[in-house]
Amino acid sequence: MNIRVNNLTKRYGTQKAVDNISFEVKSGEILGFLGPNGAGKTTTMKIITCFMAPSEGDVLMGEYSILSDANLLKKRIGYLPENNPLYVDMPVIEYLAFSASIQGVPKAQVKGRIREMVRLCGLDKEKHKNIGELSKGYRQRVGLAQAMIHNPDVLILDEPTTGLDPNQIVEIRELIKELGKEKTVIFSTHILPEVEATCNRVIIINDGKIVADGAPSDLRKQASGAEVSRLKIEDGNPDDILQKLRSLENIALVDYNGHTFTIETKKGETSRRQVFYLCVENNWVLTELSPIERDLEEVFRNVTMG
Amino acid sequence: MNKILIIAKRELSTFFDSLIAYILLIVFLGFSGFFTWLYGSDVFLSGQASIQPFFSIAYWTLFFFIPALTMKMFAEEKNTGTIELLLTKAVTDWDIIFGKFFACLALVGIAIAFSLPWYLTVWWLGPVDHGAVWCGYLGLLLMSSTYIGIGLFTSSITNSQIVAFLLSLLIGVFFLIIFQVLANSVSGILATIFDYLSISNHFESISRGVLDSKNIFYFLSITAVCLIATEAILSRRKIME
Repeated sequence: MNIRVNNLTKRYGTQKAVDNISFEVKSGEILGFLGPNGAGKTTTMKIITCFMAPSEGDVLMGEYSILSDANLLKKRIGYLPENNPLYVDMPVIEYLAFSASIQGVPKAQVKGRIREMVRLCGLDKEKHKNIGELSKGYRQRVGLAQAMIHNPDVLILDEPTTGLDPNQIVEIRELIKELGKEKTVIFSTHILPEVEATCNRVIIINDGKIVADGAPSDLRKQASGAEVSRLKIEDGNPDDILQKLRSLENIALVDYNGHTFTIETKKGETSRRQVFYLCVENNWVLTELSPIERDLEEVFRNVTMG
Repeated sequence: MNKILIIAKRELSTFFDSLIAYILLIVFLGFSGFFTWLYGSDVFLSGQASIQPFFSIAYWTLFFFIPALTMKMFAEEKNTGTIELLLTKAVTDWDIIFGKFFACLALVGIAIAFSLPWYLTVWWLGPVDHGAVWCGYLGLLLMSSTYIGIGLFTSSITNSQIVAFLLSLLIGVFFLIIFQVLANSVSGILATIFDYLSISNHFESISRGVLDSKNIFYFLSITAVCLIATEAILSRRKIME
């Protein structure tokens, strides 16, 4: 099911938590929702899941609107809220059964769905324990399991990997990727490598506004205008090297920190070959030439600090 | 209807899993039993085969017993955030409110049902006015739904269970005592209004065996007002301003 967010605004008093944002997510797309704390990610998600009404605007899923068809839509949305609230006094299996039946899973299928979720989320060892006795990682899995138990078309996950250890994070990411093949997934995070690892699209939101939208690789390209490389050159006098590097015509900037050189090439050009030949000419040994890629982190800082 | 049942079942099993149910059953039956059989104007003192003493005691024990049940209903869910999870499931606000309402009513019903052996005992002791007894039980259930309504409402306006508990006791005191006192100290139309609002008249006449639709309407209407207010509080999040 495609999700279309139209001119969504949410005001708390005079403050705008979400300020007139619009975007579209297609079925089979995994959208990473990025932004500093308090940017409006959670508010947007709460509106999409029909938990609260927007001040203005609408969200359409398929041909249904959250304003008029909430009861119909809620059946088709799986939601993992921020901080993963759960009934801690219930055993895992009972809780999943409750979630399934309340979401309208036919009685005959409930057992099968639970079995499927237990397998998918790796809950087998813990399934008879009370949720309160589980570690944070397992609780997160229960949270995911309850969100997916009714096989929803849309999955909204608010920071699904907080509090997990690196292994679990990788597992959950794989799971989200797998699910994203046939469902529409929106998940929020402020961990950037996570977005690169899982999403095919990123929206960065700041102060309630969308400040960047695109594939992670596109965003990175946008940010990196010029080629920047780190060099390590041995067997030469640093001052000499510095001077000769500066004299190369397609190099815009050279910097030396007493250890390595950083060169920035003029926009749209490359200087690696020239650097290599320069070293050969002067009998210097080039021991390192590594491109410094502007990563998403920089994109993120650029668009959210501005 | 089905969703209401699912929610009520979960709430009820939470009561029994967390020992709340057992503690409250024991306290309720212990108190009521003590005052009905052993102390004060008990059954033996009055010398009549009647469990009227039980009804007058239950009138007070339920007053404390029910806010303790209802206080966590919304306050705890709001505090832990599970309310968000529940409200984004395929249920309406009314499903949730009625689910919680009937779970509380069922537990109170179970507690009251445990007092049925007392009725049988009294029956064995002498001739009992059966009609009055059944009316009394009906009165207890009606009064309980009113208290549950008040309790659910106070639980929905706060995140703190203690605040919810105290608030519902406060509102309860108005219906139990203060309206009666006010009715006695003013005159005219105000006195009639306060007199009507006071629970005691309505409950007494039912527990004596007078089944008047006015009394039934009284309890049900207060319950309805409280539940509607609860819904209004819950659905505030859905107002587009």
